[in-house]
Amino acid sequence: MTHRVLLFAAARDLAAADAVAVELPAGATVADLRAALAARVPGLAPLLRRSSVAVNHDFAEDDRVIAPADELAVIPPVSGG
Amino acid sequence: MVRLTREPIDPAAVTDAVRDPHCGAVALFLGTVRDLTGDAVTVALDYEAYGPMAEKKLAEIAAEVRRRWPVGGVALVHRLGRLAVGEVSVAAAVSCPHRAEAFDALRFAVDTLKELVPIWKKENAPDGTGEWQHQSAKPGAR
Repeated sequence: MTHRVLLFAAARDLAAADAVAVELPAGATVADLRAALAARVPGLAPLLRRSSVAVNHDFAEDDRVIAPADELAVIPPVSGG
Repeated sequence: MVRLTREPIDPAAVTDAVRDPHCGAVALFLGTVRDLTGDAVTVALDYEAYGPMAEKKLAEIAAEVRRRWPVGGVALVHRLGRLAVGEVSVAAAVSCPHRAEAFDALRFAVDTLKELVPIWKKENAPDGTGEWQHQSAKPGAR
């Protein structure tokens, strides 16, 4: 199944896109998503290791299973304030 | 009051939003755009947010502040877009019956906002180059 992953700040600049599509099998986890993203956009890999993944607007651990309708996003280290 | 805005923040309005007859202490924090980061000169900052998640996390922080302290009102407002040196990027206000708890609650709110809320700033140098700031730890990591 194809999932759309939202990108922000430096992640968006590195991918030159505000979202990327990745192909994941049913039952894939956030860890699988990370691996698929790094393969799809190799330049993103170093920042990805320092970034969190959000599922439906909450931070998600690597063992979280991704559902078809989940909203996915890469959250680089934040710098608000 | 919890929101993201592209308009200038009015500190008086944020303060008024938390005032409460039961509260003798109102604490306000303003984050403003600084002209230097280390030796690097900044002429402007660009703030970007993952809007729906940022609003959710701000609301969660406000709820946690209410859970931990006897708060009358809590306000968290973050500006987005391009800001010049000296402009207010974030305003946080808390009212409590007494000052000690107001200071503690406000510090927790601002520290947690900076740690968890998906907002990013890009520092723009005088030569026109810009750099996203990502020096903090992995957000939300336990």
